[in-house]
Amino acid sequence: MVLKVMTANKAIAEAVRLARPQVIPVYPITPQTSISEYLAQFVADGDIDSEYIMVESEHTSMSAAIGASGAGVRVFTATSSQGLALMHEVLFAAAGLRTPIVMANANRALAAPLSIWNDHQDSISQRDTGWIQIYVEDGQEALDSVLRSYKISEDKDVLLPSMVCLDGFILTHTVEPVDIPSQEDVDSFLPKYVPEHLYLDPERPMSIGTLADPNYYMEARYHLELAMERSMDVIKKVNKEFSEIFGREYGSVEEYYCDDAEIILITMGSLCSTIRDVVDDLRKDGEKVGMLKIRTYRPFPKEDIHKAIKNAHKVAVLDKNITFGVGGALYTDLKSSISDVDIYGFIVGLGGRDITPTHLKDIVNKTKNPTQDITWIGLKEGV
Amino acid sequence: MEENNESPFMKYLRKDRLPNIFCAGCGNGIVLNTFFNGMEMAEVDFDSIAMASGIGCSSRIPGYVKCDSLHTTHGRPISFATGLKLGNPDLNVVVFTGDGDAAAIGGNHLIHGARRNIDMTVICINNSIYGMTGGQISPTSPQGSYGSTAPYGVFERPFDLAELVTAAGATYVARWTTAHALQLTNAIKKGLNNKGFSFIEVISQCPTYFGRKNKLRTPIDMMRWMKDSGVNKLKADQMSAEELEGKIVVGEFANEPQPEFSNELYNLIEEKYGQKSQAAKSAYRED
Repeated sequence: MVLKVMTANKAIAEAVRLARPQVIPVYPITPQTSISEYLAQFVADGDIDSEYIMVESEHTSMSAAIGASGAGVRVFTATSSQGLALMHEVLFAAAGLRTPIVMANANRALAAPLSIWNDHQDSISQRDTGWIQIYVEDGQEALDSVLRSYKISEDKDVLLPSMVCLDGFILTHTVEPVDIPSQEDVDSFLPKYVPEHLYLDPERPMSIGTLADPNYYMEARYHLELAMERSMDVIKKVNKEFSEIFGREYGSVEEYYCDDAEIILITMGSLCSTIRDVVDDLRKDGEKVGMLKIRTYRPFPKEDIHKAIKNAHKVAVLDKNITFGVGGALYTDLKSSISDVDIYGFIVGLGGRDITPTHLKDIVNKTKNPTQDITWIGLKEGV
Repeated sequence: MEENNESPFMKYLRKDRLPNIFCAGCGNGIVLNTFFNGMEMAEVDFDSIAMASGIGCSSRIPGYVKCDSLHTTHGRPISFATGLKLGNPDLNVVVFTGDGDAAAIGGNHLIHGARRNIDMTVICINNSIYGMTGGQISPTSPQGSYGSTAPYGVFERPFDLAELVTAAGATYVARWTTAHALQLTNAIKKGLNNKGFSFIEVISQCPTYFGRKNKLRTPIDMMRWMKDSGVNKLKADQMSAEELEGKIVVGEFANEPQPEFSNELYNLIEEKYGQKSQAAKSAYRED
């Protein structure tokens, strides 16, 4: 294994190079842009044999991705925030047409007010589009998740698009050591994509995306739901195969001192790294605190989560998003699927607001002695 | 002494927002300066001006101007400005936009604004590249030029924005460069005075990205290139395509008054309902 130092955006681009998609339509947006730029260089230098299109908007990049996937080839695109919001309409089409597109989303807050800094509101707002969503903690996980996503999305029991979500700037622009797997290993894990059902072939003409009247629409949606449910097992299978080839283990969730924890902090993305440090600190002081990282947000791994937290006294859910009136999205999802554990919601880090170990210790204390269900952490006073 | 050296246009700027974020040598300062000059020449009341902008370097301009402004989503300032104009037709609506904003993601709104001939002045600072995100090619990048998404040169054909907007029906269209400050000032004056959709394309320099990637190392090199390659439309109309290779056609592309959208709409309301629309300016009504 040779570790190279790079940003998570570079790690994503390296994963795409190894996954060999045939079509890459992209549109620049901070902090995703450098993914597109690395890929432009790879394509121009012949390091990857792909059709690269710099299109005129994100609505177009996703539309072109669906078109290419409908022609039966592997596709990649990347975006962030406003770009993802502009794609909203076509994200439903990508899932509904069962196109196994993989996209990286550099998590960034949504306007207004305009912000280029990190939170999860952009991808959380797309949670009902029928896409698989994976949140990563570091550059290595970003690279590995792109490879795993193709394998999951293209599985004939799934055929759903996947979104790999990485925290803007915190991951996209921070350099870390990353292991880049060999092309041989990736090829054995992820062979060439061969479409089976829904793709355009001149020898076998068909129309894709036609009108479904009330006799058909609901079943199409139900089959999406079934595919999302089946993807749980596929993810487990893919993770096992991934660890056999590359030696890195992934689950839909990741436990950190959950076994005997009285209080468990649950969150997604790069914040998990800060929480690990805080858990280590508090454990030194004899406090039984643990962390549960949600890696796969859709499909929602509620059984894995329940297994990890069922013995805890109380659980704090940290959301970098807000569903107005009811707390964060992860919090509301947990509240609706788990009833035998006390769960408290914390809204943190919106628009790049820093989340410090002091904040996290405050969250642990507030969870021990709760006064309200949902608390905003790190707000300035009197503003 | 310092006061005496201050730009006479400083009174229009939000001093507390300065210095601006623009790179050294950026053309945005020249455009803003010529805008104020053109606005004074047009005798437009500064207090009647409302600005809208999208996303990108040029779209940051209204944030520095001491007037009401909307900083909107990428590509949509003309749509926001349409609502602004119809909400209060007395406003002089000005849109600052760029080639990425107006010609790529917002291209549809540009042609439909022109088609409707709604009264606003759109100033498109065309630097042939996406500056804010770091030098990706745009729909106006010349063939053969370089950008971070075209490491071996652009092979796509660029838009001719002035021609495009003229064809779409704008009633005042001009193109100048930042090396033609006087002519640009005059065009802005005419644009503001035109009751209809005015489009002023300003070919501008982005030394940081376009210049660096295309061997035009300094803003001076770039402005010299713009000055030397500028050919007036009147002359260009007599030249062949070969002769125009690498040239920038500058001048007036359209100057032909036509019925204006908000006027037509309010006239129709008055005609059908026998009274002036009460919707307009409702926010200011005492009752």
